Amino acid sequence: MIRLLLTIIAGVLLGGVVHLVSVLALPRIATQDAYSRLTPMTKLNTVTPLHLADPNDAPMPFMDPAFALAICRYDLSGGPIKLTVPVSQAYTSVSFYTRHDVAYYAINDRSAGRKVIELDLMTEAQHAELPEDEDVTAADRLIIDSPTATGLIVLKALAAEPGLMPQAQASLAASSCKVQTEPPAKQAGPAPAKR
Amino acid sequence: MRLIFITLLALILATVVGLGATWLTATRGTDLGTLTIGTWTARPKTGTADVDPYSRATIARSGELPIGAGDGVAFSATTDDRKRPLDGRCDVVVSGVTPAARFWTLTLYDSKGRLVANSLERYGFTSEEIIRNTDGSFEVRVASRARAGNWLPTGGIERYALMLRLYDTPVGVATRTQRDAPMPSIATVGCP
Repeated sequence: MIRLLLTIIAGVLLGGVVHLVSVLALPRIATQDAYSRLTPMTKLNTVTPLHLADPNDAPMPFMDPAFALAICRYDLSGGPIKLTVPVSQAYTSVSFYTRHDVAYYAINDRSAGRKVIELDLMTEAQHAELPEDEDVTAADRLIIDSPTATGLIVLKALAAEPGLMPQAQASLAASSCKVQTEPPAKQAGPAPAKR
Repeated sequence: MRLIFITLLALILATVVGLGATWLTATRGTDLGTLTIGTWTARPKTGTADVDPYSRATIARSGELPIGAGDGVAFSATTDDRKRPLDGRCDVVVSGVTPAARFWTLTLYDSKGRLVANSLERYGFTSEEIIRNTDGSFEVRVASRARAGNWLPTGGIERYALMLRLYDTPVGVATRTQRDAPMPSIATVGCP
């Protein structure tokens, strides 16, 4: 009897361990998370407009139907990414997600304070490799560190009324996301000329 | 023989308890870091890098992308103020004011997070298109049949969820009470 009781206690305690491990593992083993859903319908390192959510076919659950959406699925292994998003009439925001859908940074048109949101996205290692003088000359350049080499950038533009949706989509269509040309290569050019 | 049986029992129990608890927390969610105002709940921390593991599991399972903290905050409600589940066959009135925000949207979803089909293609309201009273408050009627004013169609589905998203808002991790964030009330006013 005591042995059975001990078995049950051991089982429940072990169950706690199983629970913790499985909760922590779930984001890594999920096959239907947002990144996996968006992978087949987006191109790498390019802005892909997402079709509007409708009842029968939505790329993700709980999408806000008042927004035009575009996705830039990035891979930083080829170098940092430069993102430019022109601000739409109503409200524009840019949100950054890691490979496992953690929202690590988001900025809207007002906090960007310009007509165009311009950002450089790079891994921490790439940021550390930046030449220091370049960091100083580009003081107004906004640099975001991505915790993972791959991830998602979500561009959103609000259509305050349904009739304004084409304008919101057009402003997102003018945005770009591309791998930057290697900064060291630029420096290699002028260096021999000095001699 | 007995040892094998007991070990097996403990392992089976561990699997059932462990995975069962994970499934429960991933589908129903936990109260970790939850901000509750009236019947509305939000998890402002899911939009930051220090999101808790339970919310991460829920997000990975549902396939949604949480709204970033620098973007806004999302409040959801599945019951009215009297804790009665929102029923698409009833008339529900959402009225009052919203917390300070540059824009907000109110959207209706089914329990899986899909929009609900209707002939008007009206899935929600934005703060710009809603008709307000002279004091700035508003009243949205959520019902299956057409209503005057701000009508949000339910398509007659049994259970639905309302989501109020505030964009560019001071409401967030530091918000605690109704005074910081006055949320609209939800009342069921009539059922057929």
